[in-house]
Amino acid sequence: MISITNLHAGYGALAVLFGIELKVARGDCLALIGANGAGKSTLFSTLSGLLDAQQGDIQFDGQSIIGLSPVTIVQRGLIVVPEGRRLFASLSVEENLLLGKNSKRQGNWTLERIYDLFPTLGPLRHRNAMALSGGQQQLVAIGRALMSNPLALLCDELSLGLSPAAVDVVYEALKTIRREGLTTIIVEQDIGRALSSSDNFACIRHGQIALAGRSDQVDRSAISAAYFGTH
Amino acid sequence: MVEILLNGIFIGSLYALFGIGLALTLGLMRQINLAHGDLIVLSAYAALEATRLTGLHPLIVMPVVVVGMYFIGWALQRVLIERVMGRGETSPLLITFGLSMVLQSAMQLAFTADTASLDPGFLGPASVQIGPLTMGLLPIITFGVSVGVFALTAAVFNATNFGRSVRATADDARTATLMGIDTKSIFSTAMGLSIAVSAVAAIFFGMRGTFGPFVGGNWMLYAFETVILGGLGSIWGTFAGGLILGVSQALGGMIQPSFAPLLGHIVFLVVLLVRPRGLFAK
Ligand SMILES: Nc1ncnc2c1ncn2[C@@H]1O[C@H](COP(=O)(O)OP(=O)(O)OP(=O)(O)O)[C@@H](O)[C@H]1O
Ligand SMILES: [Mg+2]
Repeated sequence: MISITNLHAGYGALAVLFGIELKVARGDCLALIGANGAGKSTLFSTLSGLLDAQQGDIQFDGQSIIGLSPVTIVQRGLIVVPEGRRLFASLSVEENLLLGKNSKRQGNWTLERIYDLFPTLGPLRHRNAMALSGGQQQLVAIGRALMSNPLALLCDELSLGLSPAAVDVVYEALKTIRREGLTTIIVEQDIGRALSSSDNFACIRHGQIALAGRSDQVDRSAISAAYFGTH
Repeated sequence: MVEILLNGIFIGSLYALFGIGLALTLGLMRQINLAHGDLIVLSAYAALEATRLTGLHPLIVMPVVVVGMYFIGWALQRVLIERVMGRGETSPLLITFGLSMVLQSAMQLAFTADTASLDPGFLGPASVQIGPLTMGLLPIITFGVSVGVFALTAAVFNATNFGRSVRATADDARTATLMGIDTKSIFSTAMGLSIAVSAVAAIFFGMRGTFGPFVGGNWMLYAFETVILGGLGSIWGTFAGGLILGVSQALGGMIQPSFAPLLGHIVFLVVLLVRPRGLFAK
């Protein structure tokens, strides 16, 4: 579904990604882990088209998406749930959700199905999005992305700043979403949580994939070596 | 006295129309289009030429002028402003300042520096009697059209997909892009609408008084005062801001004609001191 080869990207003169190689099969969940500043968000920005790749290729659903605009990439079915949720402050919960409908991709996500999936949001639908708790906001951010009927959902820092109970709710939701057949990539600081919720993992360090493998057959010491760069 | 106040309200409803266009681009793109006033003047001249060519009433040619000005606003964003967006605050300011200069000179060349006006025809002297008051028909139509435009704007903003996308883009353009909104197209549509709405005001203004190639600066100033008085982000606040400005000027003019704009500026300053974010800001 997603196949990244020799991807280089950065901000002007600052190079951040140096030859990323990554594959995610259809319907799989990949956990992307790595220390602060490793380049996880930069990789998502490049995948979403916000940031231009300097070199390399990204194949999505059988076609290269290099050079496409963010709007076209959402149209193709790849969408990012951004770090920090970034809901629209002057819109209500429901308006935030409806915003995801912009892509006009065909699919079966509707407001009703989002409220079924996240029952806590139903009674809050007319509230201002900023009046919600962090956990509820994260559900809105996921719902807003689902409304675009994506094939792949990329979630940056899924549990950052959330209470433990809210994290459980968000990961419960992720399970349901995965049953819909969506391909997912999650960026998660909690490595234990990341491994238990995913099929595969990739550890990124200094803009390269330092280690990758199946989440259930992983040597924790190898992970910490890849994560921190110790040997 | 009452008639002077009413007159202020009618003029104010035109300032409100000047203001709503400016507010749309200011709120959305956080930048001020310094050519806004000159584009309004251009609309008035466009209407003048259209009436001369066809012999039709200004209100009849209005739809064509409004649509034409929409495309000029759209193209202005696409061709000029979009190129310099994201290169700091001053670039769009400078480019619209340059455009303002060019427009003023070009209009002077094409239409001379003499003042012009649009012939309201039968609407000029027509009036209606309401109780003890005699009111001109043209001011009443002006006010009605202004209210209508504001009601339509409010409806579009609150209840349509386009309005939602504009508000989202104003909040956070980067995230809006990430959600698949074509923010460039939102910006250019908004700029087109901004100029189109102002063209409506320009035509009413031209039927009521005179204009020349260099009045754009004043009209821009009134638009700006209206927006800041009402508070950015509030549609009906902008309407109220226009009325307050219009009535202040009418009261100033009662004291002495040259006091009209002055009292408007004073009210603007006082409000700004007391409520820096405007009267109706959320
Ligand atoms: N907009 C930007 N402009 C310039 N440099 C940036 C920008 N965003 C990120 N960087 C730099 O790129 C590098 C990678 O940042 P990135 O945000 O991709 O890391 P990350 O893995 O997502 O980290 P975190 O866990 O803190 O979110 C960092 O050195 C960062 O300072
Ligand atoms: Mg990050």
